[in-house]
Amino acid sequence: MMPQFTPLWTDWLIYALLIIIAVYIAYTRSKPHLLAPWRKVMRNQTAIASSVILLVFVTIGLLDSVHFREALPQQNSGEKTVYSAEIISLFDRMAGPLRSHTEKTYSAPLAVNLFAMESVEQPDGGVARLFPQLKYAGSHLGKDIDQSTRDQWQLFIKGSLWGALIWVLLCVILNAALASHARINFSQMARRLWRGDTELPWRTLLLTIGMVLWLIAIAWQIAPQYHLFGTDKVGLDVLYLALKSIRTGLVIGILTTLVMLPFALLFGITAGYFKGWVDDVIQYIYTVLNSIPSVLLIAAAVLMLQVYMDIYKDSFNSVVERADVRLLFLCLILGVTSWTGLCRLLRAETLKLREFDYVQAAHALGASHWKIMTRHIVPNVMHIVLITITLEFSSLVLAEAVLAYVGVGVDPSMHSWGNMINSARLELAREPMVWWPLAAAFVFMFVLVLAANLFADAVRDAFDPRVQ
Amino acid sequence: MIGYVLRRLLYAIPILIGVNVFIFTLFFAVNTPDNMARIHLGMKHVTPDAVAKWKHEHGYDKPLLFNAQAAGTAKFTETIFFSKSVPMFAFKFGAADDGRDIGQDIKTRMLPSLALATPVFLLGLLLYITFALTLAFFRATYVDYVGVVLCVAMMSISGLFYIIGGQFLISKLLHLVPISGYQYGTDAFKFLVLPVVIGVIGGLGSSSRWYRTIFLEEMNRDYVRTARAKGLPERIVLFRHVLRNAMIPILTGVVVVIPTLFMGSLVSESFFGIPGLGSYTIDAIRSQDFAIVHAMVFLGSVLYIVGLLLTDISYTWVDPRVRLS
Repeated sequence: MMPQFTPLWTDWLIYALLIIIAVYIAYTRSKPHLLAPWRKVMRNQTAIASSVILLVFVTIGLLDSVHFREALPQQNSGEKTVYSAEIISLFDRMAGPLRSHTEKTYSAPLAVNLFAMESVEQPDGGVARLFPQLKYAGSHLGKDIDQSTRDQWQLFIKGSLWGALIWVLLCVILNAALASHARINFSQMARRLWRGDTELPWRTLLLTIGMVLWLIAIAWQIAPQYHLFGTDKVGLDVLYLALKSIRTGLVIGILTTLVMLPFALLFGITAGYFKGWVDDVIQYIYTVLNSIPSVLLIAAAVLMLQVYMDIYKDSFNSVVERADVRLLFLCLILGVTSWTGLCRLLRAETLKLREFDYVQAAHALGASHWKIMTRHIVPNVMHIVLITITLEFSSLVLAEAVLAYVGVGVDPSMHSWGNMINSARLELAREPMVWWPLAAAFVFMFVLVLAANLFADAVRDAFDPRVQ
Repeated sequence: MIGYVLRRLLYAIPILIGVNVFIFTLFFAVNTPDNMARIHLGMKHVTPDAVAKWKHEHGYDKPLLFNAQAAGTAKFTETIFFSKSVPMFAFKFGAADDGRDIGQDIKTRMLPSLALATPVFLLGLLLYITFALTLAFFRATYVDYVGVVLCVAMMSISGLFYIIGGQFLISKLLHLVPISGYQYGTDAFKFLVLPVVIGVIGGLGSSSRWYRTIFLEEMNRDYVRTARAKGLPERIVLFRHVLRNAMIPILTGVVVVIPTLFMGSLVSESFFGIPGLGSYTIDAIRSQDFAIVHAMVFLGSVLYIVGLLLTDISYTWVDPRVRLS
């Protein structure tokens, strides 16, 4: 039975973004001068390693961006198909047991018992205070539940072996491909690869992929049977929450820049190009926006949205759609607060570029303003745009957590690292402490932001003419 | 110079009007005074009389932007926009939606905010510049490399982690200082140590890296080569020549922050229970008190504009080539 495809607003924007990226790649491939800085990025070892990590995150985020409603099983054939009211994503479907294995409340990572003591009725009628066994974690062991540590080690080793096997296969295939490309034999190529004596840092790439594969394989073995990162207050698997949060982080980091880009480009370039009163008006607009403290502006805007949603409750079909509209709105408002920085940079650069000989020449030849701006100015400020986007990404991901704390972040029903931190924060006061939701959220956020920062550095080094 | 300052202050007026219009439109684009009254009176079982009474008490019983019934200039002055925005220019913030005087609140809450933000700012600046200069001094060695890696790692950590981690480590494990709270007077010290230390550490990564870039850019200039060529030791080159010239780009980012120190820090104040303006704002956001949010936005904008002006003035101070006219 085919599920019903139900994309959300942010999904459409993500698809649009994918198309833009595809067009950019197709356009860049045929232009050596545009390709050169990317080649430089690819030769950078840290850039390669971080782009592998980013790619893993993006893949999960994309899988989580294909939303649909599953068809309910039909009672008798010939009936009209009825779809479930719940919107889930491809990732939810793949995560399977992670999503459905909901315990009662907190349990520690890899534990088989609940974290809190409970009064449990004994078969003989008495009541005992104990840590009840979890419903799902380790349930495949049946009676041998005390063997769980051994079982976990076995799964760990099994996962490691699987990871190693796939990695070795991958290495062999890559090596063979490289060898045939360079027209040398297999062992020569292997030796070169081992020494890192290749134009592109294949060795770093393989090592990073090896690490990632290892981690994924372990999680793939252990996570269906146990709660690898424990469970949260309502018993949801923390690993699942952390993985679901990836999409939220990526959407905020990427869509926000997509929102602000047209404003910044249009206003920045026209202000710098036309000068005079156009410049004055645009400068006035961005000084006004800039002088409002950004958190307060975001807070005010999100408060307004909440009021709006309370008034028009009925226009949203489901919680997921409602949360999605709020996420999109958050991206919009973050975009409004953050386009001014890029706009100022673009204005300054355009002011400089418009005096250059080639622009003057184009002008003398009778090119229109529009043509000069799109053909001569825009391509020459693209490096600034690219550098700003990559640098902005990590700060936006971090900002999400702070906004969630202030109470103006994404919808509380949406999975995000900020919400995880915010709800786990109060539990630190418990004795003994519930640390795993916090730790998981911080670690995931750290890995993503670190990879993004390192990648952004490499992009800046390659594209910024001042560095070269 | 005085003429310049005056002119800049006059320029500030249209910007502040713009800010007010913007915030006002944002507030009332989807929200009507009736709604506000209903939210504050509780959503259910609100009589129209109660709504009208609330609106009258809080000054929301006028038209939004244009009063057709009034005569002459009163067409514009007898409106919510005018009556709520214009007194702000005289720093009369009026009453919060729960009836408290905002101006008074701001006055009492400013001190704790300053007590937290000033040490963070000064100590931070000192530490970041020292650290960045050290990295620049050891540039292209392992010290520099490790330092930069440290910076990138530190700036990739969420600010909330520093706060939560620091609170846990210092207050819970080591029991050195109280976890949160505040006392006026000299007792404030023990409550402020932890937030200040965490605030400084939290900014170390990004600031130091930024300063390092500035220093390195300066070190490639001709005057540095000349200074080295005439035999000055690296120490003098760094401190007397590079540091002084690097002050110009550093000031751009730093001076503008000084006036906004009054506003306090949103997150750390509310985490550490410091009764400053930051936690005041957060509470207002959470209780949907538009009057306070409006007042804080206005105050923030004023302070930002003052900061920009101070930045320009500080240029003349560090760079004798700059003349304001």
